[in-house]
Amino acid sequence: MSSVRLLIGTRKGAFILTSDGTRKHWDVSGPQFAGWELYHLKGSPADPNRLYASQTSSWFGQVIQRSDDGGKTWNPPGTKPEDLMGPDGMPKGESNMFLYDTSAETGKPLTTHQHYDGTQRPWEFKRVWHLEPSMTDPDTVYAGVEDAALFRSTDGGKTWRELAGLRSAKGHLWQPGAGGMCLHTVMLDPGNSQRIFVAISAAGVFRTDDGGRTWRPVNRGLKSQYELPDPDADVGHCVHRIAMHPSRPNVLFMQKHWDVMRSDDGGESWHEVSGNLPTDFGFPIAVHAHQPETVYVVPIKSDSEHFPPDGKLRVYRSKTGGHEWEALTKGLPQRDCYVNVLRDAMAVDSLDPCGLYFGTTGGQVYASADGGDSWAPIVRDLPAVLSVEVQTLP
Amino acid sequence: MVRIRVVLPQHLRTLARVEGEVTLDVEGPVTQRSVLDALEARYPVLRGTVRDHVTLKRRAFVRFFACEQDLSHEPPDARLPDAVATGAEPLLIVGAMAGG
Repeated sequence: MSSVRLLIGTRKGAFILTSDGTRKHWDVSGPQFAGWELYHLKGSPADPNRLYASQTSSWFGQVIQRSDDGGKTWNPPGTKPEDLMGPDGMPKGESNMFLYDTSAETGKPLTTHQHYDGTQRPWEFKRVWHLEPSMTDPDTVYAGVEDAALFRSTDGGKTWRELAGLRSAKGHLWQPGAGGMCLHTVMLDPGNSQRIFVAISAAGVFRTDDGGRTWRPVNRGLKSQYELPDPDADVGHCVHRIAMHPSRPNVLFMQKHWDVMRSDDGGESWHEVSGNLPTDFGFPIAVHAHQPETVYVVPIKSDSEHFPPDGKLRVYRSKTGGHEWEALTKGLPQRDCYVNVLRDAMAVDSLDPCGLYFGTTGGQVYASADGGDSWAPIVRDLPAVLSVEVQTLP
Repeated sequence: MVRIRVVLPQHLRTLARVEGEVTLDVEGPVTQRSVLDALEARYPVLRGTVRDHVTLKRRAFVRFFACEQDLSHEPPDARLPDAVATGAEPLLIVGAMAGG
């Protein structure tokens, strides 16, 4: 019988929640890496026991952790005795080293971005927001980082190299949003290994069609009339999250700072599908595992009031690819609820019926085993949830 | 060669999988730099957690204490107190008070 494994990143550690395919009874284990911020954990589609985790701390910086046994044990890659020695006989310990590429042929021409005060600031690594393992190779994994850049490891996380061409896509115009200038979404095209989408706050969506060497902004149709002096600018839009169904990689959905958007041409153009949502501000967006036109968002009142409107926690579902949305409330608190759901904190499994999961800044993780019709909390009192991923296991 | 005692903060003890004090053999003058070089050589997982990989600057929320003194702002090549160099006192690597 199938089972599911949830990988939960929180402000104070990681938790692993497991259930059989009924998704009624859950085992909760953790915290792993207690006391550290776990921005994201994700499993390799090619080897479900291979997990990657981003462990960070304002005190001690970035650590990358890897598990090869489904989360039972973890090691920072490249720190086992047999991994240690570099050519000079000294230990390498480079799994947490994210150096921006300044070589002449790649990143050197661009070393600054716009800061809040309009000055140019050099890129400075702060943390890994998102880890996206390759769909085919367990040792290949992408890391989206703050200050915004994309790194790739091809040795299981032991060493990282920046795909510096991304910063050439008008990087001097990117600037941090309130959460920092972070590359928070990495989407690999299942049908085209050369195509990758990334999303950056506050810069927008970018696409490569040559495996990460060159990139261009794909933000036409986005409008940010209250955030940008030029509402239709090429870059600068505060994209919160993008999502796709693997069977239709040209159809993208976006939760922007304000506006829920859709593209039917791989990001070449976008149009708004907010429709009848009570507010079109929010963070996560997800697509049903078996119905490519069924989309989920969690509306949040506004950019300064990061909680659900009217104190009612409602997931909204569109079965028409946007425009027409219905509130899903069964099992969710409908009074006095003032939590937020962050951009990486919603996931869908691939069972039938499709399961949905999201975590809140109040430490609840809610699950639905019926496509969102009804919900129940798995846990109620974790630290603030930063990320939720789910693995559907055979 | 002298044997130096170092006390790591709890999170770095967990990361390095050590309990209690760490003892390190340090060659030459006993300075912040030579002690951290020895620490990172012995526990490569700690590279980047106490000081930056490239600039080797102390991370902002990390402090170095010894003999009831804050040595965080001493130059990295300044000699540590004799009591640390002889192993009588440990060098304390401390996570600064910073909320959270």
